[in-house]
Amino acid sequence: MNDDLFGGDSSQWAFGTDFEDPLAGVDTTMVDDVVADDLALYCLGLADDALIMSQRLSEWCSRAPEMEDDVALANLALDLLGQARLLLARAAAASPSVVPVLPEGSPVPPEDALAFFRSAGQFRNVRLAEVPGGDFAHVIVRLLLFSVARRELLERLRGSRDQVLAAVAARGVKEVSYHRDWSARWFLVLARGTGESRRRLISALDELWPYQAELVRCGAVDLALADAGVGVDPTTYAGAVDAVLGEVFATSGVERPSRGPLAGVGGRLGRDGVHTEALSLLLAEMQVVARAHPRGRW
Amino acid sequence: MPGQADHQAHFDEVIARHDRIEPRDWMPDAYRRTLVRQIAQHAHSEIIGMQPEGNWISRAPSLRRKAILLAKVQDEAGHGLYLYSAAETLGVSRDDLVAMLLSGKQKYSSIFNYPTLSYADVGTIGWLVDGAAICNQVPLCRTSYGPYGRAMIRICKEESFHQRQGYELLMTMMRGTPEQRDMVQESVNRFWWPSLMMFGPPDESSPNTERSMAWGIKRNSNDDLRQKFVDMTVPQAQALGVSLPDPSLTWNADRGQHDFGQPDWDELFAVIRGDGPCNTQRLAHRRRAHEDGAWVREAASAFAAQEEPGHG
Ligand SMILES: [Fe+2]
Ligand SMILES: [Fe+2]
Repeated sequence: MNDDLFGGDSSQWAFGTDFEDPLAGVDTTMVDDVVADDLALYCLGLADDALIMSQRLSEWCSRAPEMEDDVALANLALDLLGQARLLLARAAAASPSVVPVLPEGSPVPPEDALAFFRSAGQFRNVRLAEVPGGDFAHVIVRLLLFSVARRELLERLRGSRDQVLAAVAARGVKEVSYHRDWSARWFLVLARGTGESRRRLISALDELWPYQAELVRCGAVDLALADAGVGVDPTTYAGAVDAVLGEVFATSGVERPSRGPLAGVGGRLGRDGVHTEALSLLLAEMQVVARAHPRGRW
Repeated sequence: MPGQADHQAHFDEVIARHDRIEPRDWMPDAYRRTLVRQIAQHAHSEIIGMQPEGNWISRAPSLRRKAILLAKVQDEAGHGLYLYSAAETLGVSRDDLVAMLLSGKQKYSSIFNYPTLSYADVGTIGWLVDGAAICNQVPLCRTSYGPYGRAMIRICKEESFHQRQGYELLMTMMRGTPEQRDMVQESVNRFWWPSLMMFGPPDESSPNTERSMAWGIKRNSNDDLRQKFVDMTVPQAQALGVSLPDPSLTWNADRGQHDFGQPDWDELFAVIRGDGPCNTQRLAHRRRAHEDGAWVREAASAFAAQEEPGHG
């Protein structure tokens, strides 16, 4: 672009709003004893969790209870969007066969092809991420359940033999620790605030709790990658997740919900591409512009 | 103790030497009222201005554009926050100002009462709307009231990123498909005239301009700023490869400036009256967010009261 039309320092052009390269200097070679498709599917799961959560969080933009909360929610959505972008790119690098095929000559990069040109059955996020939003208590409970589990995962993933996953995890663990603390603080505030806030909080917790178990369920891909020292077996941190949630519930004086985990369909859950009815609607909106212009440049 | 006349003389002297008035300084009531009105209107514009572009966050066509747009709309919330803080130094509260926005007693910039109808509008708003805002706001960095001027310095820096990002989006789309180029042109056609209206009515029918200029609150007239904007934008449009929808737009070598047509002022006044395409929707959205958040704000203050030292 023609910078001198604007004058000023062009090095500041995307200051604070564009992605710097968080992988600068990271070894991007693939670990050779891992099945490429397994690694791609593993990355897609982690990426899709972040992407769909980010999409739901960004629905709050201009709707939060206070302007400060609006800014905070946008920050959370931006962090997760950044994680999703790196993980989608890694999935594509691991196995180009997972990337949807676009018309010859399309300039759409692989991470965007994955985000905008897959259908619901190809998404691997947990169902918790996609459930339609409710009130502010709903956003807090969802974020708490999600970020407590993701933080434990990322903490352990820092030691991955895949240097890209390790780098994404090292960066992400700081972000998601903040998300966890922010939502835990709000959980406490709403639990202790007023009768109304407590009622809403408990109702959101009752609604979302059945989705929680899916966050710490171990699938075949998790197991294969954990064996190779590339991924993490969620059952290894299920106890840690449970302990953190137990502490938040105890401090807030909220009882652990009694409902059991939500069943899958023929045993298949979000990670297996079986979702709630909400996901295809979410994607219809998220993908509409990109899909209308498969050769578009943005 | 100095009398009223001494105060006024000191104030006049500060204004005359283009220095800053600070919150603790004496100031005429009318100066204070004018500032509150202007800063509040500006803060409200930032907050309402989140909506037209926020409308496209969920549909942004690439991950990079989604992040840029989300960050931009977030910046606008930040601008609202700085400006409400600046207004609070004049002895009004943010809650009261927000209440006046919601009741329609205070206004916000009319540009946000226009709809965003395609993703190109995100770029056009950055380029033209943030661009016009910068022309209006750069002189305000030197405004006579200190906290306002300092808030504006920070805001202008961010607005200029927004403008460049918007322009860069349009530039990228123009290198894309023919449909994308049409989308850009159509968007520019819709936003050109409303952007010119952002500078306010012509000087001869702008009742407050003269006094605001005398007080150093405003540093340039509406027509001067509009001219500056047109002169700045025409070469940018050429570089982009779009036309501007004004048949009388030509370079006037004698003046060393462009001649251009007048926007439809009747439309502007209709939008200001509340009859713009989105006035009702924008306010209803803001009111709903405010009402939906009431129980959360109550919970937060009830919790804060429990946490106060000495409680229980
Ligand atoms: Fe702004
Ligand atoms: Fe802006």
